[in-house]
Amino acid sequence: MFNKYLVTALVAMVTLFSSLVLATPVDTYVFKDKVTEIRFNALNKELRCPKCQNQNLADSNSPIAADLRREVYDMLQQGKADMEIVDFMVSRYGEFVLYRPRVSSLTYLLWYGPAGLLFIGVIVVVIVLRRKPVKNAQKPLNHAQKEKLAQILKNK
Amino acid sequence: MGKLIRFIPLILFIALGAILFRGLSLNPTELPSALIGKKFPEFSLTSVLNASQTMTTADFKPGIKLVNVWGTWCPSCRYEHNYLNTLSKTNRFTIYGLNYDDERKHAAKWLTELGNPYEFSAFDEEGKLSVNLGVYAAPETFVVDHNNIIRKRYAGPLNPQIWQNEFEPLIAQIEAEFLASTNNKGTQ
Repeated sequence: MFNKYLVTALVAMVTLFSSLVLATPVDTYVFKDKVTEIRFNALNKELRCPKCQNQNLADSNSPIAADLRREVYDMLQQGKADMEIVDFMVSRYGEFVLYRPRVSSLTYLLWYGPAGLLFIGVIVVVIVLRRKPVKNAQKPLNHAQKEKLAQILKNK
Repeated sequence: MGKLIRFIPLILFIALGAILFRGLSLNPTELPSALIGKKFPEFSLTSVLNASQTMTTADFKPGIKLVNVWGTWCPSCRYEHNYLNTLSKTNRFTIYGLNYDDERKHAAKWLTELGNPYEFSAFDEEGKLSVNLGVYAAPETFVVDHNNIIRKRYAGPLNPQIWQNEFEPLIAQIEAEFLASTNNKGTQ
């Protein structure tokens, strides 16, 4: 019995402290369930703050980031899907708000470029390895070389 | 051919270097607006000067509109305010204010002290309209045409030079388009 309380207290403390560490700008949102909260945090990590461009919504303290977090929260409470929320942000702030750009004809190079370069690299390595170096030692001497060798041996 | 192949890495390196070097000189805050060519979002917000008066897109006067996002917390807004006062004297367009993330009494004081270039200023305390407009900082200025279509977004304070380079040609173009469309209707 005592153990049960102890465990509960420990879990409560751990959750409390970890949430304190995670939530840099402290918002006091109450979620309808745990899943919504996880989705909220995930979305805030995926979306870029338009003002402070190297921070996501979760990291940024700027007023615009707070407004956008509230917007995300409102939409989640309304039961919107993650895709709808992302589309909402993109239609207002452009593709730029996504930390992970979507796969489109504009971003093919970005998404497939590294794999393409790796592929080219592999091909180059294979070509280089397969090209057998001509071994000088096995080549028969030509006429001039034979004569030179004979000369050297004669002079000895 | 064999010799040329040796230069491929160098050529690739130079090309990549040129692209990345160009990236250094781009201004990352100059974002293209996702709303160009779209209708100005519907809103329902109170006026800064009158909390009991609700403003909507229906309160826009016909003609070209300039929607200026401002806040008393924004130093560049103060810098451009005088020029907005000058601009508001024209009858080519009407200027509307969108007061963003501000306090009403500060905003009202600002307008009485520094002059009011706006037909009205919508009080957007929670940033609802600002988010719909994709606003990320103040000042920002939107050009909205006769059909309430957003034609331009400019982030940063206005001054005569920026006006001449960035806005004047577009305003003239919208005026010409409007003239052409009314002429067409007249002849039909």
